[in-house]
Amino acid sequence: MSIPADAMQPPASVRTRAPRRRTLALPLLAVGLLLSIALSLSLGSVPVSPAQLWQIATGGDAGVAGDVVLGLRLPRVLAAAACGGLLALAGALMQVLLRNPLADPYVLGISGGASVGALLAMTAGLAGALFELSAFAGALTAMALVFGLAHGEGGRTPTRLLLTGVIVSAGCGAAVSFMLTVANEQSLRGMLFWLMGDAGVAAPPAAALWTLAVGVLICTPLARDLNLLARGDLTAQTLGVPVLRLRLAIYLIASALTAVAVTTVGAVGFVGLVVPHLMRLALGNDQRLLLPASALAGALLLLLADTAARTLIAPAQLPVGVLTALLGVPVFLFLLHRRR
Amino acid sequence: MSAALPLLVARGVSVGIEGRTLCTALDLDILPGEMLAVIGRNGIGKSTVLSTLAGLRAPLAGRLTLDGVSLASMAPRALARRRSLLPQSHDDAFASTVLDTVLVGRHPHIGRWSDDSAHDVQVAFDAMARVSLAGFEARDVRTLSGGERQRVAIAALLAQDAPLCLLDEPVTHLDLDYQMDTLSLFADMAHDEGRAVVAVLHDLNQVLRFCDRVLLLTGGGEWVCGAVDAVLQPDTLSRAFCHPLRELRDGARRYFVPA
Repeated sequence: MSIPADAMQPPASVRTRAPRRRTLALPLLAVGLLLSIALSLSLGSVPVSPAQLWQIATGGDAGVAGDVVLGLRLPRVLAAAACGGLLALAGALMQVLLRNPLADPYVLGISGGASVGALLAMTAGLAGALFELSAFAGALTAMALVFGLAHGEGGRTPTRLLLTGVIVSAGCGAAVSFMLTVANEQSLRGMLFWLMGDAGVAAPPAAALWTLAVGVLICTPLARDLNLLARGDLTAQTLGVPVLRLRLAIYLIASALTAVAVTTVGAVGFVGLVVPHLMRLALGNDQRLLLPASALAGALLLLLADTAARTLIAPAQLPVGVLTALLGVPVFLFLLHRRR
Repeated sequence: MSAALPLLVARGVSVGIEGRTLCTALDLDILPGEMLAVIGRNGIGKSTVLSTLAGLRAPLAGRLTLDGVSLASMAPRALARRRSLLPQSHDDAFASTVLDTVLVGRHPHIGRWSDDSAHDVQVAFDAMARVSLAGFEARDVRTLSGGERQRVAIAALLAQDAPLCLLDEPVTHLDLDYQMDTLSLFADMAHDEGRAVVAVLHDLNQVLRFCDRVLLLTGGGEWVCGAVDAVLQPDTLSRAFCHPLRELRDGARRYFVPA
């Protein structure tokens, strides 16, 4: 008003700071993930040296070490990494969908549904593919239930989705408690491990890897629109974002990612809440950067947690969910405190 | 002004919400270069009428066209380049700098795969300068006062650079000097830059001072639209606002005060 418009030039720092962070963050995370994969493959009851790893990676014959790495450790490593990526990406999407930085992938009842399906299968003595199918069906049922019931005037608003999700989760929680109470001694331990998240009995990683790849591919072109959705429905709609369609798409994508992750490694907590939050504190809330960074960091965190879970008190194993919480909570509190 | 083609045309437009009719058979031509005020009592439907004019909700009946094209058939992005809307309130769920928040206004001008260009950043800085937000670019919007946050929203609207600007209570949280600055800024945008500005306002004296025409909602779907001097008469206003208003004169200028 009193200042002529051309008197203000953007300072150079404003133009350059964000892009530099962006160019560095993703390669750094990717390198970190590759190193963690190598570390995780080499640790265990049969130690594998970096030289042996290289030999195996280049197709050489490394004897027993080769069998251990390719047959036992690699599937578990891939499953943990893929599911970490799925949960973190789903968490980031849920936080935008519900416009709440405290939302996680389970807030809409998907893990509750999957848990009911999984425990039903365990009670019935199902294993393998049938068990996974049952968990996945449970997740989809919860998802359909929340989606169907949350509809009302003004569409599926964040508040209505959240309330419906919380209620469906509570119902699932009651069903889970009931099944735990009546379960026999042998299956109880397996059930508890599954509920806390356990990569030791992980399903084959192929489905999770493919889902993660497809999820990242679908979300990348939506990221700009998601930036606007995070600022509120009215702002987004005014600026040309097809809000209802986008919210529906995000809901379906995030739910599918979560369902696959939960089916593969169980209801691992904290990754989906903490990782997007950490990335947002470190990199800002630009979804174009935040979504891929969350996927990579989620993979990194769950992989490290699972590596610790199977090596810390070897030969015994911890449920990986315990480790994600033990790692996630202090880091989260530290960052939150430092930022204040 | 009368020679210009209307930007937004409403014909027989009825607006309602939850079974309540707010505005029946509205006929309105909004011309480039004019500033139109929307006034009426609380809850009478000013914001709902505004968002209907913005194409964000469908009218119960009637037809709305922008540049001769039906609002309902326009692609959201194309519409966003032609009309902007200043919302009544701002709810920031996540941290964001002032600059990023203003740059949001450039969204309809930036391709899906492109980044903000140097031009977009410059447009954002110019917009911040016009609402006296120089030096605020790195601040987190959640740390701003209500008035500062409102000016950030106005800067984002300026950055959107649309020929039709719809404003829902643009000066509500502002200090008096910023109220005057902001309204003269919008009046200049209408009168000098040839945009059409439609603003929901509460202060009748601001309407008298800055606006050319006024749309008065009187309840039950009734409305009056016309030149400010014709519509703003003591008896009409006293009835519409349910309180007697007295007119004062200072030379050619008129003022309304509650009796």
